[in-house]
Amino acid sequence: MADPTPTAAAPVTWHRRSTHTAARHRTRSLRVRTSAVLVAAIVLAVLVVPLLVPLDRQAVDLTLKLQAPSWAHPFGTDEVGRDLLLRCVYGLRVSLLVGVVAALAAAVIGTAVGALAGALGGWADRAVMRAVDLCSSVPHLLLGIFIVAMFRPGVWPVIISVALTHWLSTARIVRAEILSLRSRPYIDAAVSGGASRGRVALRHLLPGVLPQAGLAAVLMVPHAIWHESALSFLGLGLPAHEASLGIMVNSARSSLLAGDWWPTLFPGLFIIVPTLAIAGLAGAWRERLNPRRRSELML
Amino acid sequence: MLELRDITAGYERKQPVVSGVSLTVGVGESVGLLGPSGCGKSTLARVAALLHRPEGGMVVMDGETVRAWRHRAPRELRTAFGVIFQQPRLSADPRLKLADLIAEPLRATGRRTEAAASVAQWAPAVGLTADLLARRPHEVSDGQLQRACLARALVLSPRWLICDEMTAMLDASTTAALVQAVEDYRARTGAGLLAVGHDRTLLERWCDRTVRWSELREATGQAGLPDPAR
Repeated sequence: MADPTPTAAAPVTWHRRSTHTAARHRTRSLRVRTSAVLVAAIVLAVLVVPLLVPLDRQAVDLTLKLQAPSWAHPFGTDEVGRDLLLRCVYGLRVSLLVGVVAALAAAVIGTAVGALAGALGGWADRAVMRAVDLCSSVPHLLLGIFIVAMFRPGVWPVIISVALTHWLSTARIVRAEILSLRSRPYIDAAVSGGASRGRVALRHLLPGVLPQAGLAAVLMVPHAIWHESALSFLGLGLPAHEASLGIMVNSARSSLLAGDWWPTLFPGLFIIVPTLAIAGLAGAWRERLNPRRRSELML
Repeated sequence: MLELRDITAGYERKQPVVSGVSLTVGVGESVGLLGPSGCGKSTLARVAALLHRPEGGMVVMDGETVRAWRHRAPRELRTAFGVIFQQPRLSADPRLKLADLIAEPLRATGRRTEAAASVAQWAPAVGLTADLLARRPHEVSDGQLQRACLARALVLSPRWLICDEMTAMLDASTTAALVQAVEDYRARTGAGLLAVGHDRTLLERWCDRTVRWSELREATGQAGLPDPAR
């Protein structure tokens, strides 16, 4: 040791803890950066690839069926000779559209219901929350299937089905948050200052829950993507000829047994990687919203 | 006159925090209410400010019986009370700048146009400088925030002031400044004051009359508190 002066134990433990925190910080920021890069790449691919690649995603060429990945077809071709890369990108396009729109719609419905229940309180709150419990007692994939089955196959029925089955958790989060905000003295001060119910809700309560509601919405995006894939896999989502990741995985099942791995692997990866990347970003946001974690991040 | 007659109030059924308490504050009078912590004096202050509906008893304001509390109370009645709470940190919306915090009651009552002039008038009266007005609650000290909360309570020119342990979190000089600001306002408008606290020296020097919580119970001849064993 270069410094011969005796050091107390306390600084050493502090030092250890701080390097530990720093290491954790590094892994976390690596995760966030990877997620951000992936999400950026995905968005770019979804927007740019259809413009750059001069192929038709629906073009059938039976002479080229089930070709292994090559330079001409980087992801190979499917059982009717369609280019898999292009179909994966188009499938991801649908997934992201469904994911973002459905999550946004679910967040809006959930926030409205939760805020109403929390702000009104009393019997209105009890009635609304029992209705929410009732809805959540039905498995939401089943409920989603019922809703999709009422319409012709297409993107919008899937969006409606996912949005209508996924607002429940947001409603619970928003209601709980509103109930905790409602008992703060600053609400008393607003009441005493002549604010109407609506003003208290819009000016003081809702802005307080928006970060939580936004986070719930972003966390919902991967979930909604999974649901779109599940519905399509079951043959209930988009029309069967459309490029959707769930449909692609489903129709590739038979070729998987013959040893052709690419028609299943690539659409599968296109479901998993974007959902993990979005969940990674949402996780980082959640940590920022948590005050204890935030104080740790500042170290 | 603000009369609290035989008030019973609490937060759970059959477990009143305050029971059978009466208190009167005359026009322009300042009354200090002394009591140990947890005795229910803050609850009584909230009942008086129409922020908490009592389970029993009557609140009579200038001869008129109050029938509704919180949002159900007419706006003119609610805004007749200026309330200052114990913890400025919790009683200020964290998103509002101090200038907006002070002007909020004016905006809420449809007097938006007066906001700028009122803030300019009230900020110096409570000792806030212009640079503080542009800050948010987390950027100022407790004392500075409580000054803004006092300005917010005074901005609608209430006829009654309810100070619920207004100075409990503050140092002596800020306490003196806030009490002075309240007294200046009362001298100008003749507003009545109910100051709740546990600092006997302060309340006895500040108020015309101080009452102890135990005296309130004796005056009504009833048990003021429920059995603590329950």
